[in-house]
Formats: sequence, structure tokens, C-alpha cells
Amino acid sequence: MATAKHWSGEIHALLRAWRADLVSYVPDAGHANLIDLCRADRATRTVPLATEEEGVALATGAWLGGTRHVMLMQSSGVGNCVNMFAMLKTCQVPFLTLVTMRGDFGEFHPWQMPMGQGTPGAFALMDFVVLRADRAEDVVPAVEAGLKFSFNSYNRVAVLLGQRLLGAKDFRKVRE
Amino acid sequence: MKLDRREVVKELLTERRDLLVVAGLGACAWDITAAGDTPLNFPLWGAMGGATMVGLGLALAQPKRPVLVITGDGEMLMSMSSLATIAAQRPENLAIVVLDNEQYGETGHQATHTAMGADLPAIARGCGFRKASAITKMSALPALRRAIHGKDGLQFASIKITPADYPKVLPPRDGAWLKHRMRVALLGERAHE
Repeated sequence: MATAKHWSGEIHALLRAWRADLVSYVPDAGHANLIDLCRADRATRTVPLATEEEGVALATGAWLGGTRHVMLMQSSGVGNCVNMFAMLKTCQVPFLTLVTMRGDFGEFHPWQMPMGQGTPGAFALMDFVVLRADRAEDVVPAVEAGLKFSFNSYNRVAVLLGQRLLGAKDFRKVRE
Repeated sequence: MKLDRREVVKELLTERRDLLVVAGLGACAWDITAAGDTPLNFPLWGAMGGATMVGLGLALAQPKRPVLVITGDGEMLMSMSSLATIAAQRPENLAIVVLDNEQYGETGHQATHTAMGADLPAIARGCGFRKASAITKMSALPALRRAIHGKDGLQFASIKITPADYPKVLPPRDGAWLKHRMRVALLGERAHE
């Protein structure tokens, strides 16, 4: 279970404070606590996605209607989104995604390496602001900066939650 | 029977009042514009495979208004997983209408999978849509229109249309402006906060 002290609780509190009322996700172990917190919170509408680019289009529709959306995904999903990210750029839609990294510090899984290492470059293709947190104390400042860059300054923003923060776990162990 | 796309869209948008419309790229965007451009239209010029999820976001953000996505079979085929995502949310105010001419009209009339056996209403039902119909008669459209405008539950309809090309009636193509005009229409001053 997530506790208030875990950084996922701090992210959840920030999303509420910023009225990010719509949270979509493709699950990842690193996001499991935050997903649980969002799903348990009646003020947050959660949308499980079948594939990540759905969340990009969802964000555009939500913004058209006046709702702030944040997407949670793993780094392997970033490549799925690149073409749809073009809509955010063309229409100047603010967008924030929190990305749990694989293929990052300490990774053991060779199939995770290409997209993990390619994640910053994939975001760069569509002019995202990319922020990064590798220690628990970096999470709140990075997510808060991401919220400001997206919803105040109308940017496309990704906050990468690194594997030094998440831990490079044995694949048989889903949650800590 | 295959119907005429412009007549279908004109009928669905008759007396539309507060109806919000998202159109998939290509002919569907020209169709809704031929029926009358308004700030309550969001015609996509790209983002293929995005129309239904833009519709879901809009429907969740504006639950008091009916939202209609009009898109083509090619665009729908590219985002079939979104039907499962949308059915899981079950917004009462969202309808998806596919104008199915069984071909990619913008790129040289190549056949789509609906010409080769893909049954979109069956797929929608399989994804969890309780209302998913295949419309074959113009006489069925007024009831569909009333259900959509009346927010009568999440629904999907596929309408087989003739593959005729019509003169393009182009909406504005500046995506940022299309976004602003809908936000201003929906949110007023809050659009600029």
C-alpha cells in the first residue's frame, strides 16, 4: 500500500492541488502506488488506456473542454506516442506525462534498453520539456515544475522518474 | 443500402444546438464543414487514429453536452483499441459514428479491412458498447440523431456510404485556432486562465 510518505503520495497531492482531474495510464510497476491513489480518489477520473497514444488524444479533448489531464506511462510507451504528439504541437495543447523509466540505470533486461535510452530523444522530436528525478527528494520539485511548464506555460512536458529512484527490480517481483 | 455521406452528416447535425462534433481527418472533416462550420466543431486535419479519444476527453470534460465523433473506417481501424478504452468509461454523452466507404478515400481508394470482413459494430459490441448498430436506411437516422443529441447513452453506429468524392469544403486548418475557438465557446473567459 502507498503511504503518504512515499513520493507517489506527494505526486498525488500535487495533482489534486493543480486540479488535474483526469489521469490516464498504461500501468507500470513504478506507477502502481500512484495509480492506486488516483483510483481511490473520487475527485480524479482515471482512464486506463489500451495503448499510450490514446492518452495524447484524450488530453487534447479534455483540454478543449476545460479539464487538465496527466498521463502515466512507462518509457517503452513513449515511442508509441510520437506521431500523436504532433497534435499537441500543432494545436498548442498543454500536456504533462510522468514516465517511469526502464532501460535506465541498473537495467537487466536487454529488450528494455532501446526505448529506455531513446526516450529523451523521442520527446525531443516533438519539442518536449524533459525533466528528470533520480532521488526521492527530486520528485516533488520536478513534478511541480512540470505542472507549471505545462498548465501555466502551455508546454509539452515529460517528467522522467529514473531507475535510481524506482530501483531496477528483478522482473519476478512486481511491487515492493 | 449505401447512403450518401453528405446527406447523412447533414441529417445528424440538424438542430444540433449544444452538440459538440469531432471529425476524423479527411472527408469527414469536409462533411461536417459542409453542414456548417461552427466553434463547436473540432475537425482534425491529421492525428489519424485520434478522433475517438479526442471525443472521449471532450465528453468527460463537458458531461452536460452531447459529443459526436464522426470519422471514417480507415481512421477507426487505426484506433480500434480506443473502443475498449471508451466502453470501459461508458460516458452517457458520447456517440461515435463511422462513415464506412470501405476505402481510404484520400490516398487513392485502396480497400480498407471493412471491405475484407472487419465488422465494426461487432467489434464495438465486443469491446463493451451496449448500443452498436449498422445503419442502412436514411429513415433510421432521425432516431439516431435524437438519441445522440439527447445523450441517450454511449453508442456506436456504422453507416455504409457510397464511395463518391465530393468537392472539399475546408474548415480552418490552424489547429491552435480551432482549439481556442472551441475553448472560448465552451469556457468563456476561463479559456484564457
